[in-house]
Amino acid sequence: MVEEKEILVVDDEQVILDAINRIASAEGINVDTETNGKAALKKVSQKSYSLLLCDILMPEMDGFMILDELHKMKKQIPIIMITGFSTVENAVKSISKGAIDFVSKPFTFEELESAISRGLAYNKLLIKLEGIKSKKNNSDIGFVPCPPKYHRLGNHSWVNQESEGIIILGATNLYLEIIKDLKSINMIESDQRLIQGESCAEFITKDDLAHHFLSPVSGRIFERNEKLLTEINLLQKDPYFGGWIYKVIPEDIEYDMKYLTPCASDRM
Amino acid sequence: MKFRQAKTKISLKLIITVGIVTAAIISVYSYLSIQAQRNELLSQAELSANKLSETLKKSMHSSMLLNKQDQTHAIINASSEEACILEIRIFNKEGRIMYSSQKDAIGEMVDKKTESCYACHTADEPIQRLSFDERTRIYKIHPDSARILAIINPIYNENSCWQSNCHVHNESQTVLGVLDVKMCLKDVDAQIVHSENRSIIFALIAIALLSLIIGIFVRKWVEKPVNELVTATNQVGTGNLNYIINDLGSDELGLLAKSFNNMTNKLAEARMQIFQSDKMASLGRLAAGVAHEINNPLTAVLTYSSFLLKRVKNNPELEEDLKVIVKETKRSREIVKSLLDFARQSVPKKNNADVNEIINSSISVVENQISLKQIKLEMNLDKNLPQVKVDSNQIQQVFINLLVNASDAVIEKKGKISVTSKLANLSPFGTLQIKNAVCSKRHSLIDEEVKIDGMPTIKIKVKDNSNEGCINIDPIYGKNKSKYSLEIKDLDKVQLSCPKCNVSLTEKDANCPKCKSNIYSFEAPPYGMFEGCVNSDCNWQQWSSIDEAGVRDYIEIKVSDNGCGISKDDLQKIFDPFYSTKGQKGTGLGLAVVWGILDNHDGSINVESEAERGTTFTILLPVKQNV
Repeated sequence: MVEEKEILVVDDEQVILDAINRIASAEGINVDTETNGKAALKKVSQKSYSLLLCDILMPEMDGFMILDELHKMKKQIPIIMITGFSTVENAVKSISKGAIDFVSKPFTFEELESAISRGLAYNKLLIKLEGIKSKKNNSDIGFVPCPPKYHRLGNHSWVNQESEGIIILGATNLYLEIIKDLKSINMIESDQRLIQGESCAEFITKDDLAHHFLSPVSGRIFERNEKLLTEINLLQKDPYFGGWIYKVIPEDIEYDMKYLTPCASDRM
Repeated sequence: MKFRQAKTKISLKLIITVGIVTAAIISVYSYLSIQAQRNELLSQAELSANKLSETLKKSMHSSMLLNKQDQTHAIINASSEEACILEIRIFNKEGRIMYSSQKDAIGEMVDKKTESCYACHTADEPIQRLSFDERTRIYKIHPDSARILAIINPIYNENSCWQSNCHVHNESQTVLGVLDVKMCLKDVDAQIVHSENRSIIFALIAIALLSLIIGIFVRKWVEKPVNELVTATNQVGTGNLNYIINDLGSDELGLLAKSFNNMTNKLAEARMQIFQSDKMASLGRLAAGVAHEINNPLTAVLTYSSFLLKRVKNNPELEEDLKVIVKETKRSREIVKSLLDFARQSVPKKNNADVNEIINSSISVVENQISLKQIKLEMNLDKNLPQVKVDSNQIQQVFINLLVNASDAVIEKKGKISVTSKLANLSPFGTLQIKNAVCSKRHSLIDEEVKIDGMPTIKIKVKDNSNEGCINIDPIYGKNKSKYSLEIKDLDKVQLSCPKCNVSLTEKDANCPKCKSNIYSFEAPPYGMFEGCVNSDCNWQQWSSIDEAGVRDYIEIKVSDNGCGISKDDLQKIFDPFYSTKGQKGTGLGLAVVWGILDNHDGSINVESEAERGTTFTILLPVKQNV
């Protein structure tokens, strides 16, 4: 039998819990639900879930507090935020606090489906990494970390200064490993505006799921990597150089930096 | 009620005070004039009595010389028949009454102690000569009787007297006897009383009339305007800032009314601004709350419908219906998102941008709509605009909103939209007012009495050689309509000082960079030193800290159309959230968002519109922002 997958959903609104339950059950995933943060934390500490879906704005204990608590507990569990109060800042903040992704309410069936699939894939990767660590074999860590002078938004996207006033961005190898089997990419037009934390491209996988790609910075697209449209494998092969996605004129890079993690810190 | 009391008090006080003063003045005047009249009448009575007694004496002279006693009696008796004469008598030196109009008194002795005699006989030795004034006396026999004027006329010894044949008198005598005439003062007294009464009546009428006139004018000039002002302050106090005081003339109260109107106007404007900002803030919170609450049910609808849609691939009819639900739910999601954008507009992310570029990219967004309606687009952009620090996306949103509104307002094919941009120099120079000015000893130099364009001036004492005067400096920085009380001749030697403490206000070791005249300088708290040229023909002024803080250069962008215009009623509300003239087509948030964005950029937006003629929106964006 396939391994038991169970996810925990935390939201103060019952109808959301029901909707997620309905969709996940249809996918053959067991869903446990909880309406408040404290009870959810208790459940997480007792049982091992494959994924935690968590609302941000809740009474008593909000999503950020849950993230902090889980960080303190050193619990290895992928967390996807559900942002009802869909300000991009909240989403970016939750990613910088350790959530792997977010879906913003109101979401479609497809958006939720792809998010859950990413969460579960991440969990799988975590288990794999655990296995590698226990074998004390550091030669293969499963994914290629981004170059030290780069900065990243969670495990989604990276950004690097290309030349004066121009930055280059792309998807991290970890994110690409999670979504796997890329089929194509939908990019937005050149000269359009990007907002940090908002989706700026879509990765279509072979299972026909559309995965959003979150921009690490705000700015205007100066150039996009047209090669990717024909040669999608370039992303997986060379994610940090040849597989760049956009070249961007940033708006306020100092402001955006608040939520970015320097990649150099990954190697310490 | 309190106001009413205070109001009656002030006019009443004025009337009472003025009334008392005039009453006092008129009373004193009347008293003095009565006194003068009384004296005049009495002295006239005395004069006529004297004349009478002299006439009597002279008429009796010849009969006396001839010692015709009957004739003398006859004269006395005839004379005493006159109505006002009470008694005529003649007594000799010893006091024996020789002749009298009252027959039974003849031969009696006069008591020298009686009032008839003490004019001469107060001293032990009788005096020989009596002056004119001393001859008369006024007395009453008893308190109720009329006053009596008595006049004594001494009969002196003359040559003819002692040389006469009768030899009654010898040469050595000086006074032979006394002619005593008593007259009744009843008529004179009646006249005095009459004139006294007349004076008193006149005084009373005058006091009453004056009080009435003063009362009328106090009512007209003080009470009515004060009433009006009190009503106005009450109205403003209860929050009616639209109350306007009617013209109260050009006196001080009239000016007060004008400045009051001005003040309420300014207050109303300020309140509008605060109200609008406040409304925006609370609406932002409301929008965020609504968005959050609506998100959850919307999520359920969207997930279930999209989930259903996935499962009905083999039922095209159902699929179509579900697609509509999903599509419309997604549209609701966009509306919620725009509500949240509205709620979040308070935090602009500013960076340097070219306004013209933003205008151009906004136009490219609405180009489709404009060319579809065959609208003529006129562009007049100043190519030399400086870069401004703005959130270019928010500013683009502003232009897009205005352009969409304009294209909605104009008629197809005939429509015209014009966009202009230029640099507008609305610097503090020529617009900013000096509100505080002090000398180095912290004396205020503000002169509330001399005003230029209605604003208090800055007073500086000037000493030029021996001439002394003052300059009242125009409080508007750079406007230079200053008033000079004297013509300054030595522009580089003139002494400038504080009118209160005489501390020098002349800038040492510095001259006007334009005309080399002396420079005055004073502190204009809280914005540092203010300097200016003393020459009335030179307009050099410098307010360094204000200049440094930012010559307010603005980029002025006008978006005008020749569309249907906005009615006056709508004009007041167009920046209100959820106010829309587009019915179902609009959310009513467009211009509210525009207003909020410009407010956050320290800018402003103004609208001018004429129905059926078109609308012009004028945006001012400061080139340098305060923050």
